Amino acid sequence: MKYESQAVAKPYFIFALVLFVGQILFGLVLGTQYIIGDFLFPEIPFNVARMVHTNLLIVWLLFGFMGAAYYMIPEEAETELHSPKLAWALFWIFAAAGTLTIVGYLAVPYATLAEITGNDLWPTMGREFLEMPTITKVGIVVVCLGFLYNIGMTVLKGRKTVINLVLITGLLGLALMFLFSFYNPTNLALDKYFWWYVVHLWVEGTWELIMASILAYVLIKVTGVDREVIEKWLYVIIAMALISGILGTGHHFFWIGAPEYWLWLGSIFSAIEPIPFFMMTLFAFNMVNRRRREHPNRAATLWALGCAVMAFLGAGVWGFLHTLAPINYYTHGTQLTAAHAHMAFYGAYVMIVLTIVSYAMPIMRGRPNGNSNKAQVVEMWGFWLMTIAMVFITLFLTGAGVLQIWLQRLPESGEALSFMATQDQIVIFYWLRLIAGLFFMAGLVVYLVSFFVGGDEPQLEKA
Amino acid sequence: MAERFTKSMARNMYMGGSLFFILIFVGLTMDTVRQMPGRDNRENLTEAVAHGKKLWEDNNCVGCHSLLGEGAYFAPELGNVFQRRGGEAGFKAFFKGWMNAQPLGIPGRRAMPQFNLSDEDLDALADFLEYASGINTNGWPPNIEG
Ligand code: HEM
Ligand code: HEM
Ligand SMILES: [Fe+2]
Repeated sequence: MKYESQAVAKPYFIFALVLFVGQILFGLVLGTQYIIGDFLFPEIPFNVARMVHTNLLIVWLLFGFMGAAYYMIPEEAETELHSPKLAWALFWIFAAAGTLTIVGYLAVPYATLAEITGNDLWPTMGREFLEMPTITKVGIVVVCLGFLYNIGMTVLKGRKTVINLVLITGLLGLALMFLFSFYNPTNLALDKYFWWYVVHLWVEGTWELIMASILAYVLIKVTGVDREVIEKWLYVIIAMALISGILGTGHHFFWIGAPEYWLWLGSIFSAIEPIPFFMMTLFAFNMVNRRRREHPNRAATLWALGCAVMAFLGAGVWGFLHTLAPINYYTHGTQLTAAHAHMAFYGAYVMIVLTIVSYAMPIMRGRPNGNSNKAQVVEMWGFWLMTIAMVFITLFLTGAGVLQIWLQRLPESGEALSFMATQDQIVIFYWLRLIAGLFFMAGLVVYLVSFFVGGDEPQLEKA
Repeated sequence: MAERFTKSMARNMYMGGSLFFILIFVGLTMDTVRQMPGRDNRENLTEAVAHGKKLWEDNNCVGCHSLLGEGAYFAPELGNVFQRRGGEAGFKAFFKGWMNAQPLGIPGRRAMPQFNLSDEDLDALADFLEYASGINTNGWPPNIEG
């Protein structure tokens, strides 16, 4: 660690991993409810478990991004963080607000939560991924503003690297697009249209900037490749991400009331969205092949490569699978959507956070050359277990989705099976998914155990 | 990457490309908003529908169901439930009976909670679903099962 203040990243990473465990536990509840419909009913209805699952995901990724920024920005800017105290204060505010919200979901019926948090005054609740009370949303905005101020001041007084500028742009964009979560017109079509400004322009826009800059940073560190080369790649990747991803939003405007030209625009532009993800894969492997040093933290390198590959598979390949309007007509809102959602979120954003955690945590814990070989081996077991489990979750959900489309969507009215009858027919895939989910949980436990494995620090080797 | 393609060219591609497409996107959004009155069934957006949408949100219905294909995939699509369950003649009666009968209590079956809504509220929710079913969705869903 070059600058003491980078250490504020540590609580962010630790809390992120705690929430990750919660997310997966509730994933297992959901997976069980898909098979045993009244499991935990009425104490934890499916919609409650789902909110906890998805909101924990979003919040822990935000903690991860913030931790990444607090770690990377001072080092890139070659100066201490503007205010570590502010970073700590915001950590506690965000952690408290997040915890209270989750407790609220579980402790009282959602309608009661809406009532006591003043959803009547400014209704923003009850929309997918944006279920948190309006005051929680305000809290998120406040935390983001403080955070952006803190890292912004740091960048201003220090060296302005491309990585820092791209990271900050991505984070600014994230905060900016989140403001659309406060716009909730009674007109359902407009509500949906602008809802995608948050959701799509996050995962297929601003977050890609964050991901690419973290990837570039870690690749510089573990490969020692010249910064000039890395920065050129970074620019081209994010250029392609925005060129394809902004109009690519149109792949969500096919069936929600928007004009017909979106069928064409959305299909064409989202069809080129896989390119930036493919470039990230090329980038990662290219840089590792051209490495100028053998970094002793091999686990971090594995995460970086794995992230690039899985993001391409989940977002690029599984995204492309259903993004053309004539195909999406049949696949829209089926288990195929869920298959894509899982692998894309895991491959791109879970894995990029785990990449920076793998690189930075050992350093913050006083092991500049990475964890012991023993600990790294355990960490890599966690990597493979989680990643392979996620591949199987995706494959089983794809199986469920294809069968669902076959039975429920393709036949004519009158011939088609009803939704509920279809679900009964495909339950075998839900069993398999649940088993794969248990392996995912096991992989997560192994991963966490790796933090507690001792042993001697690896020695620096000369390439 | 080839040496001819310099870093500053890459940066220009990023800045120019994103600015260009942001502007196009804003323009298309303005055009979409302009065209929406002909497509989004706003003429049927009554007080009751607005109240129904609020109830839809306050009870997090979208946490199990999909609406125009978006939401969760645990329970049936409701964008066309109005047509599926009786339409003009029978939907309201069906809907009230359905809501009041929850949870059905069939062991092992996916269960829907009892939300304890008043008769007025149920009317409003039904109106909201009817309004939603009137949005021009380019012919989606493919069939009545949603
Ligand atoms: C890391 C990047 C990505 C993430 C995290 C992601 C995540 C998601 C999620 C969570 C949904 C479901 C939204 C909902 O609940 O309604 C979704 C839907 C969708 N995604 Fe992605 N996505 C990514 C990239 C892509 C890419 C690159 C493509 C196209 C090539 C794509 C195509 C689609 C399509 C067409 C849908 C709509 C599915 C439907 O009609 O039901 N996604 N994505
Ligand atoms: C034990 C592992 C997991 C299980 C069993 C599981 C199960 C589920 C289930 C049943 C749903 C609800 C689908 C519906 O709406 O009907 C869901 C939604 C979701 N989960 Fe998971 N999950 C797991 C792990 C994960 C992981 C690791 C991630 C992120 C990387 C994730 C991200 C999501 C997302 C983004 C959604 C919303 C999907 C959409 O809207 O299309 N889940 N999960
Ligand atoms: Fe998208």
